[in-house]
Amino acid sequence: MTNVIPTSTRISDTGLRTLAEKVWDKHLVTKGEDGTPDLIYIDLHLLHEVTSPQAFDGLRLANRPLRRPDLTIATEDHNTPTLAIDKPIVDPTSRTQIETLRRNCAEYGVRLHSLGDIEQGIVHVVGPQLGLTQPGITVVCGDSHTSTHGAFGAMALGIGTSEVEHVMATQTLPLNPFKTMAITVNGALREGVTAKDIILAVIARIGTGGGAGYVLEYRGEAIHALSMEGRMTICNMSIEAGARAGMVAPDQVTYDYLKGRAHAPRGADWDAAVAYWQTLATDEGASFDAEVIIDANELEPFVTWGTNPGQGVSLSESVPNPAEIIDANERSAAERALEYMDLTAGTPMKQIRVDTVFLGSCTNSRIEDLRAAAEIIKGKTKAEGLRMMVVPGSARVRIEAEAEGLDQIFLDFGAEWRFAGCSMCLGMNPDQLEPGERCASTSNRNFEGRQGKGGRTHLVSPLVAAATAIRGTLSSPWDLVQDGDQ
Amino acid sequence: MQKFTTFTGIAVPLRRSNVDTDQIIPAVHLKRVTRTGFEDALFAAWRLDPEFVINKKEYQGGRVLIAGADFGIGSSREHAVWALRDYGFDVVLSPRFGDIFRGNSGKQGLLAGQISEADAETLWNLVECEPGVELTVDLVSKTVRVGDLTVNFEIDDYTRWRLLEGLDDIGLTLRDEARISEFETKRESWLPRTLPALSPESSSINLM
Ligand code: SF4
Repeated sequence: MTNVIPTSTRISDTGLRTLAEKVWDKHLVTKGEDGTPDLIYIDLHLLHEVTSPQAFDGLRLANRPLRRPDLTIATEDHNTPTLAIDKPIVDPTSRTQIETLRRNCAEYGVRLHSLGDIEQGIVHVVGPQLGLTQPGITVVCGDSHTSTHGAFGAMALGIGTSEVEHVMATQTLPLNPFKTMAITVNGALREGVTAKDIILAVIARIGTGGGAGYVLEYRGEAIHALSMEGRMTICNMSIEAGARAGMVAPDQVTYDYLKGRAHAPRGADWDAAVAYWQTLATDEGASFDAEVIIDANELEPFVTWGTNPGQGVSLSESVPNPAEIIDANERSAAERALEYMDLTAGTPMKQIRVDTVFLGSCTNSRIEDLRAAAEIIKGKTKAEGLRMMVVPGSARVRIEAEAEGLDQIFLDFGAEWRFAGCSMCLGMNPDQLEPGERCASTSNRNFEGRQGKGGRTHLVSPLVAAATAIRGTLSSPWDLVQDGDQ
Repeated sequence: MQKFTTFTGIAVPLRRSNVDTDQIIPAVHLKRVTRTGFEDALFAAWRLDPEFVINKKEYQGGRVLIAGADFGIGSSREHAVWALRDYGFDVVLSPRFGDIFRGNSGKQGLLAGQISEADAETLWNLVECEPGVELTVDLVSKTVRVGDLTVNFEIDDYTRWRLLEGLDDIGLTLRDEARISEFETKRESWLPRTLPALSPESSSINLM
């Protein structure tokens, strides 16, 4: 954690609190004593087919009811096919998980959005889209990228299966207090630089363990200039820096996004809610346990070269030379990563040729992401031999995109236009990379084999994904402008 | 979760140390969607060998596993405890446990008692001389008795209390059920609810 500046020890008796502390305090059922955890109330529990079956089974074995079905919602996403969604699922494990979720939700009275339903989609796209994710609430889900919901100023935590069962039975979780870290992004992003580039740069700076034990609060002009989609992209990847959660204080952008959504408060309730939301921002003068400062003006389109999300550089740079890395562990990790990625130190990132472009995942599959990519590829031709897959985050995003004609732009370009789900983000369904296949992916994890055994992943923004699909090598929209000039 | 005080059962000597969770339950056996039924996955790779200790006739119905040091290290999978419980083990004795495994055990009603290396050796010898012998494990006095021999084991006070009371994590939280209900009465009425299900079509956009 070399690049994190520890701030002075927190002075707890000033009464000044950060956003995260306010949300925590508001949900305290019992305060832990003598090192026992606090008991925190959970406002919203999101379920999907992979981490819920054993939790339901545990309830059943102990003969316990699910306490608050009205604060629980389920969707099918990790295993669902993105082609021929009306056909039975071929893989037996996937099929069993989906069928089990359907049975469990019926038995326990949980609202479920199944494949084919208009609200089906990636759990972290569905919650915000329905207006269920709101500022100042606590959200949990048996999935590490639950941090996405922190974009609304919610405390959103990824949990394990036994904790899922615990929330089902009690609507609470015993949790240990956390430390707070401010990630302040000053200035303004240049054209072509996006939220994804901010978060990839943050992770490269603090490392994949740099956020361990912390709740990150993203602050500063550049953050508040982002749309909700951009904020979700950033909070989504907090977990890749090892953090427990990531948050952005709610502001007018948040309220505008929420207003009129299916489950957003209405009428007098709306006013009461906004009054509460306006109290959430970190108090002036409240201190954080650590702070990282980033200058948005200096950021460029970013891309990973290795096999963890912290192994990244600006697209204009070259594959780093492991011999120049001082830390011995990091050096050997870099050597292993280059071997797996089949890259040579010193190669300019822009010379790296890719086979596949994946536009999707809970990081970048919202309507704004699709619009941004479509705008770049419109009227252009796809690089020869390259495969591009576009997977909207939810059925509703897909319909919205089709209403705007984006599907046609992707299809004309030669991309595949798929149904909603996690898809190639983790390759639990048939959407996988072949061994050795190189992919520019808008997802969040470039681990070995994540997108398919032997597959090689470069994490990028939707803009870089689109530009790469045109040029066939890792590229940013800036390169297209130069091409046009020639 | 059942209250645990004292019970008597067949002891199984596992003369191996550094038994990691991958050996307790190999990853290929993690695909089930239930919480039970992992008994056949327990030590699955080792059980292919007919000479492996739990395959032997004398040790059928074993309830107390006596293992070498560093039992349960490695990946944090809770399935390792489930597999031991499903097979029928109520107690594992070892000179040292993996931290996460020990934590998971207490939550699932599996007693992980720490004994000295010397006592492990004594118990192994004794059980191997008299296969199928029963041990009495007493959580109140933290002892294991077999014939004239009494051996002490260690377990932290908190986990011991939970096992004696039969409280899993959820049971523990539900002791505060009144506090949870009270908290719920104070929650604002406008907080989001998933039911009844609303969709944009079914809700009139607020024009205020
Ligand atoms: S899209 Fe990927 S990261 Fe997001 S929930 Fe699905 S599998 Fe997890």
